[in-house]
Amino acid sequence: MSTVAEGAPATAADVMRPDLYRIQRVRRETHDTFTVELRPDRGGARIAYRPGQFNMIYVFGAGEIPISISGDAGAAARLVHTTRAVGTVTNVMSRLKAGDLVGVRGPFGTPWPTELARGHDVVVVAGGIGLAPLRPVLYWVLAHRADYGRVVLLYGARTPQDILFRRELEQWRARFDLDVHVTVDRGSQAWRGSVGVVTSLIPKAPFDPRDAVAMMCGPEVMMRYTALELQRRGVPVGQIYVSMERNMKCAVGFCGHCQFGQYFVCRDGPVFPYDRVEDLINRWEI
Amino acid sequence: MTVPESRPGASGTETHLLDPSHLQLLIDALRADGYRVIAPTRRDGAIVHDEVSSVGELPAGWTDEQQPGAYRLRQRGDGALFGYAVGPSPWKRFLHPPLLRLWRARRVNGRVELVPEDAPPPKYAFLGIRACDLAAIAKLDDVLLDGPYVDVTYRAVRGQALFVAVHCATPGGTCFCDSMGTGPRVGDGADLILTEVVASGRHFFVAQGATPRGRSLLAALGCPGATADDIEAAEHAIADAPDRMGRDLKTDGLRESIYAQPEHPRWEQVARRCLTCGSCTLSCPTCFCTTVEDATSLGGSESERRRRWDTCFAVEFSHMYGGSVRLSARSRYRQWLTHKLSTWHDQFGTSGCVGCGRCITWCPVGIDITAEAAAIRQRVSAGLGQSLTE
Amino acid sequence: MKGLEELLVDHAFFRDLEPPHLTLLAGCASQVRVDEGEFLFREGEVARAFYLVRHGSVAIQSITPHEGMVTIQTLGEGDILGWSWLLPPYRWHFSARAIQPTVVVGLDAACVRGKCEQDPGFGYDIMRRFSQVMASRLEAMHLQLMNVYEHRG
Repeated sequence: MSTVAEGAPATAADVMRPDLYRIQRVRRETHDTFTVELRPDRGGARIAYRPGQFNMIYVFGAGEIPISISGDAGAAARLVHTTRAVGTVTNVMSRLKAGDLVGVRGPFGTPWPTELARGHDVVVVAGGIGLAPLRPVLYWVLAHRADYGRVVLLYGARTPQDILFRRELEQWRARFDLDVHVTVDRGSQAWRGSVGVVTSLIPKAPFDPRDAVAMMCGPEVMMRYTALELQRRGVPVGQIYVSMERNMKCAVGFCGHCQFGQYFVCRDGPVFPYDRVEDLINRWEI
Repeated sequence: MTVPESRPGASGTETHLLDPSHLQLLIDALRADGYRVIAPTRRDGAIVHDEVSSVGELPAGWTDEQQPGAYRLRQRGDGALFGYAVGPSPWKRFLHPPLLRLWRARRVNGRVELVPEDAPPPKYAFLGIRACDLAAIAKLDDVLLDGPYVDVTYRAVRGQALFVAVHCATPGGTCFCDSMGTGPRVGDGADLILTEVVASGRHFFVAQGATPRGRSLLAALGCPGATADDIEAAEHAIADAPDRMGRDLKTDGLRESIYAQPEHPRWEQVARRCLTCGSCTLSCPTCFCTTVEDATSLGGSESERRRRWDTCFAVEFSHMYGGSVRLSARSRYRQWLTHKLSTWHDQFGTSGCVGCGRCITWCPVGIDITAEAAAIRQRVSAGLGQSLTE
Repeated sequence: MKGLEELLVDHAFFRDLEPPHLTLLAGCASQVRVDEGEFLFREGEVARAFYLVRHGSVAIQSITPHEGMVTIQTLGEGDILGWSWLLPPYRWHFSARAIQPTVVVGLDAACVRGKCEQDPGFGYDIMRRFSQVMASRLEAMHLQLMNVYEHRG
């Protein structure tokens, strides 16, 4: 009996086999964050993505990691992902060039509630790299602007050098139908903007708490504090949404790695209504 | 899945009488049909599953003695072929292999080719499978077949597998299938069900086909029908098995108690004993966690993606940049037990445990899941420390 | 030109103050305009007043060995600046510098403390409001201290 069992015939339904995508561009965003733009190799099917979903990106010889879609979910043939270079796979990926091939499996996961939020105010609260999975929400909302009430983006970065998508943020800030507030944890000599934690932007942000749908993403600690502050402001806990993150190996609920209490983050999330995870997120080592 | 009352001579199903030589005919017929017959055998002081071609390879006359952290074989003094409980290795290793190649990739001149796996899936016949292990396979079906995604490898192998089950007559010292509603009688899932009788100088099997496949197999053996006395003897052999369980586990209120008490002091107590070795997850027939890994040839032109078994007891299991979510042994033991006895209900609608007792027997320090569950089922008060004014 | 009582009740911090307490407070108040770059107070000085920011922006700053003057927090319209005046030794442990032309209502510390002693009801109200300020600052500091965006490992 062979020690490595040979797998069953691969079929279209085999979710563990990636499709091939070619890198169009690798763009450095900050000292440790970069964006890749991908297109399907040899045509390929157009797949509909929703803001908040993620793909498993496979770098040959290095491994596979989950990365949220950070671009326009409406442009399915052009996949955009932003990630930090923190481990083996991401470091190798950051050094790839236009024309290199990667594997893509997806899209996976639950999306942000852009449908549910129609007719309401939208509050997006992002911390650090958390702005990347939220950027598709802003693209979507701005593309369907008349469907939403007031739209507010609150973004906290560690320092001014860590601000993601800076030029885009400045363009958005200049619009009349969007409120953008950016703060940093630590200022620099040249920084003339807000200094302080992102939660401090919540009390005065221009939205109606009872009518708002809030979507937040960032380090878990930041999301807990943000949820508290939003509730203090009067946003009902059922109208707050969070994007969770856990170790993922398969993204289809088979490997067991991404379990968070009773939830599989890859399948029941990554986007959750906060009332479902409030107890879990406050438990130690869950 | 509850075990319906399947009696050896249940009306509506033909009951046959087999002797050990008929079992050989059964094995031969299965092999002629392209099945690899997997059965219990005796090796290295334990009863393990392996491919067999002859009845002589089954552990005739052996039984097992199981306690927390202890396992030994002992001779029975009779020729019973199935006179023991369950061994260390669950049947899942055949349906959900410990190491599996998912695909290969070849890099040639900047092009990458994904080479699919085209080997036909193996055809297994499991001889001697027990109710608990059948129930475990049903739970793996819930995980790998009934969700939004399907594990195609599992589906292919599982779909072809044939099950010749045996009603348990000899529950073990760590068994508690009765508490979990998964045995000792075989319920759904088998093709053929046998009851072994060794009594009054006779050694025979009462057999029933439970599926069309099972019935036609049985019919082809050309065995006589079982008499009413045979059927009664078979019933007698297994009637008191539920009372001879080595352990029990009270399930009412258990799911809620576990979920509601992540800070129960018992977690800390068991963590001091637990080595986080993962033996429990290795021997558990329902544990399904896996990981993926890559193997690249030296030149980099070929790489393989493989799936292998993993355990939630490993620190790296919950690793994210910055560290692991579950760093302490306490949190890892809690994760395993909570999943098995509590959150499995939320995910799949049943308990994740079938009461086979393997985790108790094969734990090097003898941690007993039934004792841990009983302790955590006790609600502890939420008060702080101990009052000094009383 | 608005009266001091109106200015006070306009500000988010004192919005629901009872009229008698409002009058007490107004007796300690004065409006001040500060130029961009001007310090409202410096680290180590005696805390003689606290401020309601009406327009503009103020940076809370501290001197660090490696980076010089670092901004810890910025405050704007509707924020309240300073609580060191409430508790001994009544000294500032950071500096406050206007980073835009700024208008504040200054409240004399000794004056307000004196009135708190005389009128316990007023004193309790002031304490309650400032406890809340300190609590939010502490929480914000926790979050900042945890350095949540930092990548470890």
